[in-house]
Order: sequence, then C-alpha cells, then structure tokens
Amino acid sequence: MAVVTQAAPAAHEADKELLISGSEAVAEALTLADLDVVTAYPIRPYDTVMQAIAKKISGGQLVAEYIVAEGEHSQFEIVKHASTVGARVFCGSSGVGWMYAMECLVVTPPLRVPMVALVGNRALDDPGAFGVEHNDALVVRDVGWLLCWIDTSQEALDTTLIAYRVAEDRRVFLPLAISADGAFLTHSQALTMVPPKAKVDQFLPRYNRGDLLLHPDNPITVAPQANEDWVIEIRRQNNEAMARAVTVIEEAYADFRRVFGRGPENPWFEEYMTDDAEVILVGMGTISLPIKVAIREMRAKGKKVGLVRLRWFRPFPTERLVAALSKAQALGIIDRDYSFGSPFGSGVVANEIRAALYNADRRPPLLSFICGLGGREVTLEDVYKATDLCYAAATSGKSDPKTHWLGVRE
Amino acid sequence: MAALICEVVYRGIFQKNLAARITRGIVLSARKSGRWGIAFGRYGDSPQRNGIPAKDFAIVADTKEELEQNMARYEPKHVDVTIAVDDTLSKGVESWAWYGLQPINRLTVPNGTLLMTSLQSFDSLLKDIHKKDAPYKLALLRAKASFSGLWVYREDHTEVRILGALAKIAPSFLSLDGVCQAIRESEWGSDLKVESAKKAHERIETREVKMTEGNTEIPYSFEMPKWWEMREGVTIPAIPVGKPKEAGKGYVPERNPYFKKFTTRTMRPVIDFDTCVKCTLCWIQCPDSCFDVMPDGTYDANMEACCGCGVCEAVCPVEHCITMVNESVFDDNASQWEAWRKDKGAYKVWMTSKIGDKKATVRSHGFRFRGQYEKELEANLEGGGVEITAGIPGENAQHKTV
Repeated sequence: MAVVTQAAPAAHEADKELLISGSEAVAEALTLADLDVVTAYPIRPYDTVMQAIAKKISGGQLVAEYIVAEGEHSQFEIVKHASTVGARVFCGSSGVGWMYAMECLVVTPPLRVPMVALVGNRALDDPGAFGVEHNDALVVRDVGWLLCWIDTSQEALDTTLIAYRVAEDRRVFLPLAISADGAFLTHSQALTMVPPKAKVDQFLPRYNRGDLLLHPDNPITVAPQANEDWVIEIRRQNNEAMARAVTVIEEAYADFRRVFGRGPENPWFEEYMTDDAEVILVGMGTISLPIKVAIREMRAKGKKVGLVRLRWFRPFPTERLVAALSKAQALGIIDRDYSFGSPFGSGVVANEIRAALYNADRRPPLLSFICGLGGREVTLEDVYKATDLCYAAATSGKSDPKTHWLGVRE
Repeated sequence: MAALICEVVYRGIFQKNLAARITRGIVLSARKSGRWGIAFGRYGDSPQRNGIPAKDFAIVADTKEELEQNMARYEPKHVDVTIAVDDTLSKGVESWAWYGLQPINRLTVPNGTLLMTSLQSFDSLLKDIHKKDAPYKLALLRAKASFSGLWVYREDHTEVRILGALAKIAPSFLSLDGVCQAIRESEWGSDLKVESAKKAHERIETREVKMTEGNTEIPYSFEMPKWWEMREGVTIPAIPVGKPKEAGKGYVPERNPYFKKFTTRTMRPVIDFDTCVKCTLCWIQCPDSCFDVMPDGTYDANMEACCGCGVCEAVCPVEHCITMVNESVFDDNASQWEAWRKDKGAYKVWMTSKIGDKKATVRSHGFRFRGQYEKELEANLEGGGVEITAGIPGENAQHKTV
C-alpha cells in the first residue's frame, strides 16, 4: 500500500509545466492521486502509461504495488480484488487486450468496484493494427462502466483526477474507463500543467469502501451465486448508481474548477463555435483537432459550422446534448467506430444521438459518418465533405439515412 | 379442466432420472388422446446434488393455446397433482430454487391430489404433511422410495406405477390405455412394466384430507428484500461467529437462518452420548458443520442443519455410537442431547428402538447387493410393494446386516 505523505498546505505552490504525452499525464495524475495498486500487461498503445507509472515508482515519486500480470484477464482481476479491500487501483489496456479482460470488465460494475482504467483506443484484430478505433472501449457501453473520451494531455491529467473523485464516490462506486486515442494522444507530447499535491489533496478524498470493504472486521460475502430472485434487483441498483453519477460528475467538475482554477463548465461535452452554428459536427476524442481547423477554415469562407466534442459517453448526457444539438439546421455525427448491421449501418455515437433526439421538439436532419478507422488520419477534406452533405440536408430539411464512409479508397 | 398440471417432487441425483421419466411419461401418455404437453425441470434447482429436493413438471392441455398459458415459467402457480416420490419429502422441501420451507402440498389445488410412494400409514404421513387451507386427496402407492444414481437407473417400475396411478387420478387426461401404450412405445418400456402400471392403477389407495388435518407447524419463510434494501455490490453480510452452548461451555455456531438445508436429509444420525469418546471426528468431518459442541464435550447433531450425509457415522470409531436412521421414523428436529440430559433412561429406550429398527437403518440410497433391484421388483409386483430390508447397511455398523 502506498504511504500517504501529508504534504503541508502549500497554496502558493504553482503548477509545473511539463512536456508530456497523454499517457505520461495520466501517470502524473496517478502519482498525485497516491495510487495503491496498479497492474500491467503490455499492449500498444496502453503500454506507454504502464511504462510511465513504472518510471514513477522506480524514481521513488510513487509508492505503489506494481504487479505485472500474465494477461489482461488477470490484470483486471487483480485490481478488482485489490479495490474490494480498499486500495485505490489503476489498470488499462487496448484493443483485443481489453477484450481478453472482458469477463472481469463485466463483473466490476455489479460488484461496484471503482477501478479506473485507461483504454488506449486501438483497432480490434483482425487485421492486427495499432491505430485508433473506439470500438474497444465501446464494447462495455451497456454493462455499467463510466466512459469518457479526452483529446489533450492536459485533459488526460485532469480527467484522471476527476475519474477517481467520481468512481470512488459512495453514490457511484462504478468502474471508469478513460479513452485516449492511440498515437495521437498516447504517443504525442504536449505542454501540460501539473498541479501540486497539496491542491490534489484538497480535491480528492481517500477511497473509503465503507460497508462494502472486504476485511476481517467487516465479514461479508462478495459475489455469491444468485438466481432469478435476485438478479433484476442487482441490475436496478446498478442503473441507479449510473443515474446518480450524473450529479456526482457535475459536482466533481465544479469542485475541480474551484480548486485548480481551470476545467470546463460543461463536463459533458465541449462546444466549439456552436452559438451561431448552422451545421454542428459531433465526434469524440482527438478527431476534434482536424475538425476545429476545418471549422476555422470554413468560417473564413462564411460557413457557420460548429463542433460538439462529446467527453462523457456513459452516462450519456441526453438532455444537455439534445438542447445543444436541436438548435442546428443539420447535424453531422462522425464516428471513429463501426456497428455493422446497426440501424442505417451507422456508428455507435450516431445511433445514440438519433435515439436521444427521438423525443426532442425539434429534430434537425442528421447525417452519419464513419471516418478515421484503424488510425487513419481525419483530413480537412473529410470534414469539408461531411459539412457539404450536412448543408445539403439543411437545405432540403431531410435526414439522409445513408451512412457515409469518409477517407476510404474508392 | 382443460389442462392437467403435475409436479414431481424428487431428490437430487437419486431420483433425477425417475422424475424425468414420470413427467415425460405423462406428456407422452396424454398425447395418445391428442393432448399437447410439455415436461420441464425447475431451472433454479440443483438436481445434481445428493438428496436436495427438486421438482419436475408435466403439463398437458387440450389445445396449444391452453398449454402456452403455462409455458415460459419456472414453476406453475398451482398444480392439480403433486407427486412426491419419497415420503420423507412430506416434511416439506427447501431447494436451491426456494427460500424457506415449502410444504409438500403448497401448490396442490383445492380438491387436488397429493400422490406419494410410501409404506407409512395415512395418519403417520399427516403428522408430517403441513395443514392446508383447503381439502385435498392423499393418494398412496405402496412402495419404498426408489433411489438410484445419476448414471444408473433402478428398474423397479416406480415410473410406470406412478403413471398407472395417475390414470386413476386424472382419467380424463390420462386413460389407462394411453398410459399402457406410451409405456410400451417407450425405450424403457416392456410388457411387464405395462402389467405393473395396471396393478398400480388397481391398488392405489386414496383418502380425503380435511382442512383441519395435518402438521400445524408454521413453515419458516423468508421475505425477499426490495432492491433498495439490498446491500450494494452483490454483497451479503457473513454469518456471525457462534456462542458457547451455556455457562461459557460448549460451542454453537451461528447458521444461515435463510437456508437450513435439512429437507435434503433422508436419514439422520442417532447418537449414543453414553458411549461417545469425544474424539471430535464427527464434528470436524461434518461437511455442513452441523454438530454443536455440548458443555460435557459430546457432540449433538443439529437437526436443522444436518443433511444426513452419513459421514459422521462413517468416521465414528465407536460401534453403534452414531447410527443413521431413516428420516421417516422421526416427527421433529428436537435435540437428542437435550432429551438424553433430561432423562437418560428414557433416551436409551428411544435410541435403542430407533437404531434397532432393521428397516429404518438400511441405507435409503446406494448399492447394496447384486440382484437387489430384481428382488425389490418381484416384491413390488407380488405384494403391491413390500419393503426389502436385506443388504449392506451403513459403513460403520457391520452388525446391522439382515
């Protein structure tokens, strides 16, 4: 277990600016959060964070149990058990490694284990590929994981601190996966503000498992077999925890801004030039960067385009998103994932947003795009093409049910 | 009646195949008169565990639509006929699929029938069978409980005798001709089995049971908590540690109040506290921790916790100190040690009568001798079910062989 060093209050201590990757930013946050147990098993691009944590431990900045497992299944099992005995835990994986841990991924939400994981988003095999696709993390979207996407190293650091605050809140106690796009975020270094430990201690309380703590002084049985007389009640509890997470996330971001003096007012999604936007594009992760560039270019030519970058996918910010999107004349949802055989063959995000808008008073025409799979760069041309199609739909006032694949050789 | 709903209450492993043959036999017999039917086991049961009460069901109906009303269920809400293939189930059942003690006649409809294989008298059985708030019929087929294994089947004709008896109980759904035809066509059927079914049809004994009759004990029950009352995290509190029996001496472990398990028992240990050498073996070896340590250092098998596995008898080094006796000869779960402490002489008389009963001390299950089933079959055919007592008794009582 990590030894907690009670740093003397040092409000005057300033943030340090470091040139670090998204993965290194996560490791900085874990050090500040005084992590207890971390498990590791290498797979690119997640392995960058496991290396960064190892460095922190070997450098003496972090005192934590670092366990190299023999595979992802054990990796997630070990932290699951460590969390039930009261340890603050971290692990992570990518692509098919995350899939290999699937059994453990589905048991952590009902057991109410607040593990925080980094998913370095990677295409699922086959073909073996390192590049980003969001399907790996999205696979757990129905089972009770809190899911968020980030797009900068700074957000990686901040979100990791917020993640523990949210997941370890007694009202929530759910596992949380932070998704970071392979390569663009995990392997790319940017200037990042690292706060002093004293500030983090003001923001992040110790993990207290309370009456669920597996300890000789609190004799309990965890995870007994149950039949149909119990399961739906357990699912109902899980659903309630996910619903309560909404308030807890909003509280956490507000408190984060109070303590650190930065961070978004709207935790759920970033709105970029949406105030007067005729067309709003929607995406998750680093796809935001080429889209923002394209938006600026298009705005220079008189096209009022905006971006909504979704941070939180679970819980899904339905009402807020509907309010933000329904004012546009057309919507273009750009998925860096696929859902073969889904309604309209759309990606996961597009279909979630379609469902969210179903009861909205105003439903703008919605177009669905699949782009950047397997880590292919999203180009400005891809974004221009998507925007043009959106404008055509805005003019006709009709949704185009077809899903457009962008940047495919054809 | 447009549908006939039957349940077969049986004991895990020992009667799993028997119950399946009976329920399948009901459906296939009713099919002979054009009926539709389904046969299924209660999914939450654990029929691969020795002796644990479990249920199979057969539902036959005039039309497919009527049948559908009873499909996609774990257990019917009520049954026209309850078939109990071991009379020790008359004390009630507690299975993996059920919380609390379920009286054997709980699902039986008013004026329905409880059919049992038993050699006990009606009155003796009604000491065990819980009172019901409606009259019903108790039908007895004279036979001892047919116990075999998961991979072996005891061809003692119990399945066809039940089917023959059912043709008497519900003739509008199962004609005797239909039953005989279905038996003949079955892979396990024979002309001899058809004869057995016919004899059972003749010999079934039935008696009306009034609302006032039966065991007045209130079965222990368990109220299911609401979702917000349950501890989160699929977590349940542990059973606390136990306490001394009395005056700081002895030890009684706390036990799960919601799952007692004693209805799994078909035999129970009877203990001679005078010859006990306090060696601890029964206490240590009992897989269910059912022994309480008494202040004098002897061990009392707690009858609310004992599954009747017989391990204590097998490990006890003292001859006749622990003897397994058939559950049917007991009427309650009272402490043997308390009875012994109260009146040692009276306890000796009681104990001697129980362990000296040659019929009751023959093991309820397990292989005894080659040709045993054939002998039992012969007796069943000739006498309408006469108990066979010969054979190998419990492992630790060589002198009990008849």
